[in-house]
Amino acid sequence: MQLTGAQALIKSLEQEGVEVIFGLPGGAILPVYDPIIDSSIRHVLVRHEQGAGHMAEGYALATGRPGVAMVTSGPGATNIVTPIANAHMDSTPLVIITGQVATAAIGTDAFQECDITGITMGITKHNFLVQSAQEIPRAVAAAFHLATTGRPGPVLIDVPKDITQTMMDWWYPTTIDELDLPGYRPTVALNMDAVAEAVALINAAERPVLYVGGGTLKSRAEKELLAFAERTKMPVVTTLMARGAFPDSHELHLGMPGMHGMYPAVTAIQKADLLISLGARFDDRVTGKVSTFAPNAKVIHVDIDRAEFNKVRSSQVLIQSNVADALRAIDDAGATPQNLEVWWKEIRTWQERYPLAYDEPLAEGPLRPQAVIEAILAASAPGTIVASGVGQHQMWASQYWKFEEPGTWVNSGGAGTMGFGVPAAIGAKVGRPERTVWCIDGDGCFQMTAQELVTARAEGIPIKVAILNNAYLGMVRQWQEMFYEERYSEVYLNADLPDYVLWAESMGCVGLRARTPEEMHEAIKKANEINDVPVVIDFRTDSSEKVFPMVAAGASNDDIMVHPSLRADV
Amino acid sequence: MAPEPYLGPETHTPVRHHILSVLVENKAGVLARVAGLFARRGFNIYSLAVAPAELHERFSRITIVVDAESAPLEQIVGQLYKLVNVVNISDLSPSDAVERELLLATIPTNVDSRTGLLDVIGEANAAIVDVDAKHVTVMLAGTPKSCDEFEKSLESYDGVELHRTGRVALPRLGTPLPTYKD
Repeated sequence: MQLTGAQALIKSLEQEGVEVIFGLPGGAILPVYDPIIDSSIRHVLVRHEQGAGHMAEGYALATGRPGVAMVTSGPGATNIVTPIANAHMDSTPLVIITGQVATAAIGTDAFQECDITGITMGITKHNFLVQSAQEIPRAVAAAFHLATTGRPGPVLIDVPKDITQTMMDWWYPTTIDELDLPGYRPTVALNMDAVAEAVALINAAERPVLYVGGGTLKSRAEKELLAFAERTKMPVVTTLMARGAFPDSHELHLGMPGMHGMYPAVTAIQKADLLISLGARFDDRVTGKVSTFAPNAKVIHVDIDRAEFNKVRSSQVLIQSNVADALRAIDDAGATPQNLEVWWKEIRTWQERYPLAYDEPLAEGPLRPQAVIEAILAASAPGTIVASGVGQHQMWASQYWKFEEPGTWVNSGGAGTMGFGVPAAIGAKVGRPERTVWCIDGDGCFQMTAQELVTARAEGIPIKVAILNNAYLGMVRQWQEMFYEERYSEVYLNADLPDYVLWAESMGCVGLRARTPEEMHEAIKKANEINDVPVVIDFRTDSSEKVFPMVAAGASNDDIMVHPSLRADV
Repeated sequence: MAPEPYLGPETHTPVRHHILSVLVENKAGVLARVAGLFARRGFNIYSLAVAPAELHERFSRITIVVDAESAPLEQIVGQLYKLVNVVNISDLSPSDAVERELLLATIPTNVDSRTGLLDVIGEANAAIVDVDAKHVTVMLAGTPKSCDEFEKSLESYDGVELHRTGRVALPRLGTPLPTYKD
């Protein structure tokens, strides 16, 4: 069967089971947009290419399947660089297709030419510049294989325009050998000696902590984790990237560790004699000052990526494996720590003494942002998906929402990309349309990517957006208050400019505003009654609210600051 | 020439050099991927040589001398391993490797200085590969140490133009080879 390169590209995506492409056409990718009309694949037309990338990420995080985005050359390609970098930091499987100028024009500074494979070399797992139409199926199949196996990540395929217009004989790879990846071997056999060493360390441990990272979600190891934790009764902490890997309602769960982690989670790590790291990477937001991080703990480090071993913290046992296989092997070998009663008794006193805390809500407003999140949670069905931007609202969402299952928390962890929330929520809703999807956003983040609500309305993707509008770039404001003598530099945004209700309405959404607890409950109720169009609620929150607990940047986790109301007799 | 254990170039501060022999796919941009990785991770390259390997057009061999003080070797190898085009990595410690390097030098000369220069060239086992009335171009293929020594012996000549390839290496026969990809 003879096809154009463009037809072959779309057919290849169909072969990979792609159900949706997030994208925006332009000159160099134009030929590929023609066969989309005849394809079963849905295309979501975004208003900015950054939106396409974050939607693909939201789709991938909510479904576990690779997200696909397609954009044109030059500025189309550079606009999607931020999502690619974001996905690379968070190991999110993406396949990005960029148009490129015709082969003969490459290197001539042609209109809308840019070296996108060069630009994204350091922020993709791999990228391809396709050399011939006949090679398109191989490039697509290889891209999906690379994006979804081993440590997942974004893979970019750059396709010159003339190649999409050239005829090819249709074929599609059926074996991994045909992908021509002689250097790519993502899996290694489980080292049973290392497993035995891990078992010995666990058997000797008196104060163990299961330090659960995003790799646990990526390897779909939640069942193995639950079984192992319940049998051994070890305390569990879930990092920002692992929220949902272990039920928040579970009595063994201490919550999130790190800079804004729960006091018991942070302190249990500090006092631990054994850390079992499951697909976590000892990020600086978790460790604080590395030299004082978990000073008495031995470490068992399970990771699919050997480059994470001994990168930040040296470990006693290294197990290169996906988390599910390693946990199963350790569990099967019967690893059982010492009696943990003393350890749990200590942990329970921290939980009792240092719960999450915020000041009493005021009947006349402004709203407590934490109370807004709790109110949305209380009014939401189980399994509701939450996406967020980056900043204070993100930390509050992670702290106050109760995540009970994988794929319900969609956020930007490693890169900290402001503006992630709205498009990521749209992508999540496309992937799981039966779920309610809330974007808990900040006013600063919302202004970065809000135009994608036009996409959401036009494409019938009814997400709900809660703007915690404190009129500031709140996290920066918090740092300036705490560490820069309240010298507020370039952080004020103005709660009324723009008018978020009018803006939402002009984008075809329902816009609501809430200033008091009463209005808050009313607005949430109203939002939950609307299921056909996106809803945006402008929650007016207290500008002076800060995220606690907090470990200052570069400080030791031992110096964690809890909410002032808990400090009286510290 | 008898093989001699290489203990680091004498002309430089001693550093913990390691030789990574990296087999890569012979595809466009692979060298940029390797070089870019070293740059963004802050790994120092001391020297680098690249050429097609083992008569296969499909693969090239990159010999990288790394400064293992800039980053732990485990990190460098682990990150290199993640490059999809990297097929195999061998870590050769200098004492377990046969290393050679090529040096070319053009030395200004005249009737008075020529005899002395010929002695220096002869002592180093270098070969004259080009000559005109005022210059001699010589070549030395040898251990990095012998190239260092020859370079030093040319220091007393003014206006020397000198170029070295960077070393290539293979494991010394009979040495067990630590291989990271197989």
